[in-house]
Amino acid sequence: MTTDERMSMAAALNRALADALEADDRVLVFGEDVGPLGGVFRVTDGLAARFGERRVFDTPLAESGIVGTAIGMAMNGLRPVVEMQFDAFAYPAFEQITSHLAKLRNRTRGRVELPVVIRIPYGGGIGGVEHHCDSSEVYYTHTPGLRVVSPGTPEDAYGLLRAAIDSPDPVVFLEPKRRYWAKDAVSLAPADSLDRAVIRRPGRDVTLIAYGPMVATALETAEAATDEGWDVEVVDLRSLSPFDDATVAGSVRRTGRAVVVHEASGFCGYGAEVAARITERCFHHLHAPVLRVTGFDIPYPPPKLEEHHLPGVDRILDAIARLQWDDEVVPARPAGEVQHA
Amino acid sequence: MTTARQRSLLPSDTPLTLLGTDGEPTTAEELPADEVLLELHRRMVVGRRFDTQATALTKQGRLAVYPSSRGQEACQVGAVLALEEQDWLFPTYRDSVALVSRGVDPVETLTLLQGGWHLGYDPYEHRVGPQCTPLATNTLHAVGMARAAQLKGEDSVALVLLGDGATSEGDTHEALNFAGVWQAPVVFLVQNNGYAISVPMSKQNAAPSLAHKGIGYGVASELIDGNDPAAVHTTVREAVAAARAGAGPTLIEALTYRVEAHTNADDANRYRDADEVAAWLGKDPVDRLERHLTSRGLLDDARRAAVAEEAEAFAASVRNRVNVDVEPDPAELFTHVYAEPTAALREQAGLLAEEIAGAKS
Repeated sequence: MTTDERMSMAAALNRALADALEADDRVLVFGEDVGPLGGVFRVTDGLAARFGERRVFDTPLAESGIVGTAIGMAMNGLRPVVEMQFDAFAYPAFEQITSHLAKLRNRTRGRVELPVVIRIPYGGGIGGVEHHCDSSEVYYTHTPGLRVVSPGTPEDAYGLLRAAIDSPDPVVFLEPKRRYWAKDAVSLAPADSLDRAVIRRPGRDVTLIAYGPMVATALETAEAATDEGWDVEVVDLRSLSPFDDATVAGSVRRTGRAVVVHEASGFCGYGAEVAARITERCFHHLHAPVLRVTGFDIPYPPPKLEEHHLPGVDRILDAIARLQWDDEVVPARPAGEVQHA
Repeated sequence: MTTARQRSLLPSDTPLTLLGTDGEPTTAEELPADEVLLELHRRMVVGRRFDTQATALTKQGRLAVYPSSRGQEACQVGAVLALEEQDWLFPTYRDSVALVSRGVDPVETLTLLQGGWHLGYDPYEHRVGPQCTPLATNTLHAVGMARAAQLKGEDSVALVLLGDGATSEGDTHEALNFAGVWQAPVVFLVQNNGYAISVPMSKQNAAPSLAHKGIGYGVASELIDGNDPAAVHTTVREAVAAARAGAGPTLIEALTYRVEAHTNADDANRYRDADEVAAWLGKDPVDRLERHLTSRGLLDDARRAAVAEEAEAFAASVRNRVNVDVEPDPAELFTHVYAEPTAALREQAGLLAEEIAGAKS
């Protein structure tokens, strides 16, 4: 029983939390300010009033405490969904996330399962002050045992959050806060998988790989690229870990060119992993090196300078222009060739 | 001026002792029942023998490392014996004797140190959280477990063991604060053995006692003689009962001493002198209880011999079972990372299997 409704990403997340709380008594929502205030972005608006303080509650301001107690609760059969409020505020919880949340299944040889979701509003573009705009994804994707998911659309926000809450594995759920207010149609169904990337826009000439806040920018770029005669395919990763090699490699083998885009700094960034995987799997299909368009290798800048740091349409178009379009070394392949990893 | 509520949270100025070092009762307060005292004695003797056996196995190279808890038996056994079956224990890496006393298979408590896997026992079988090496992180797991029990309407209590060094870690303070705010059914037992590896209490803490740290979080606190099994058992039992009755958390500081070095890799002579160790040996918890039980005629030579025999048999069994080469299955490396192995992990498992097959051929 699903209906298509137009709603913002924040509203879709709120609906996902409400539906999960309704569907399963074991689900809890807690963190700082998530109760009567409804979260600083109002993602948990109305949940405390509807489900009561036993299910949705405010905690002391202490991120390690929030994650550490969530671990104990999950050991006792509950399914906590906790909020970190802002990306850089999660760092005090880093030890609990990496040493315990991610590893307890492994350390106990599968006996302890921790179905915990950590919601983190992340990334920039909202004029936030320091420590409110980090893109912290690689700290988590580098940690085996965690799933890392980032929705790029309101529909995925709903579907992926429902699937994350249902997952037996701990999930770091990165919410692109600059997209909270963008509206789109949402069919209210849990995603059937947490592992799969999707092709957001088909194209023949180049694959643009993006996730979270950059999906909308990538789609905008693809539209603008038609003026230059480039038919751009956009892959939305959705799941940063595990990585969907099949979808990405399949796309790049068709187009022969790839650009990876993200807000986070490029050095040792997520794009480096994506570029390496593409090179390993698609080398003989590539017409050009895999390029990265990322934030600069600087601490996140002050609000009045962030527009210079964040990748935008022009910077991505420039990268596409650098993809050796005149290179005749690689022969053209038959049209419509599709291969999978 | 302090209010009555503040006073009730403050620990006493001197540690609670029920049995003096000579084994004589020091107060008119009631001691645990005779059968409880005898059981404390039996488990401490077995625990100590287990501890010396594990230390010996380390010297023989069977264990990578072993953190001895010799001298801390009163804390470990006294606390565990205060728990009911439905309660949870969250131990540190130094609490193997507590685990053995809880009924965990002794060899499974050593698996972590044997190097075969990170943990040997099933945490749900005896309701014992995983031992791990970071400090203080287990305090938050215990509070979460207790909070969940509270939310679910269970009557279980979580007892978390920590050392003096762990009270310097932030997680201890977050855990005490969460526990106080939630009035969670959790008991914190700090085994203050004087040193965080080599760093003494004087460089660890400026408060009058570690137990004083409870008042700032609204957590009732007790300061006790950690080498007195009667005081430990009575205090933990009362704290557990209070938590079960909805009266909230308690922080207990037990003053004790680590007779051996931090681990076999440590040289305790570099940071403490022989006189100090000798003074603490005079407060030995096992000797103290033996004196008491003997003077009251509860422990005769026959029972003493029977307990010693049980401890020897226990140690022999541990020795025999640990004196085998552990051969963990490499395929299991990929089994417990996620609920289902990812595509990448399946691929890597295949690669390793080929490497192993190649090495054998």
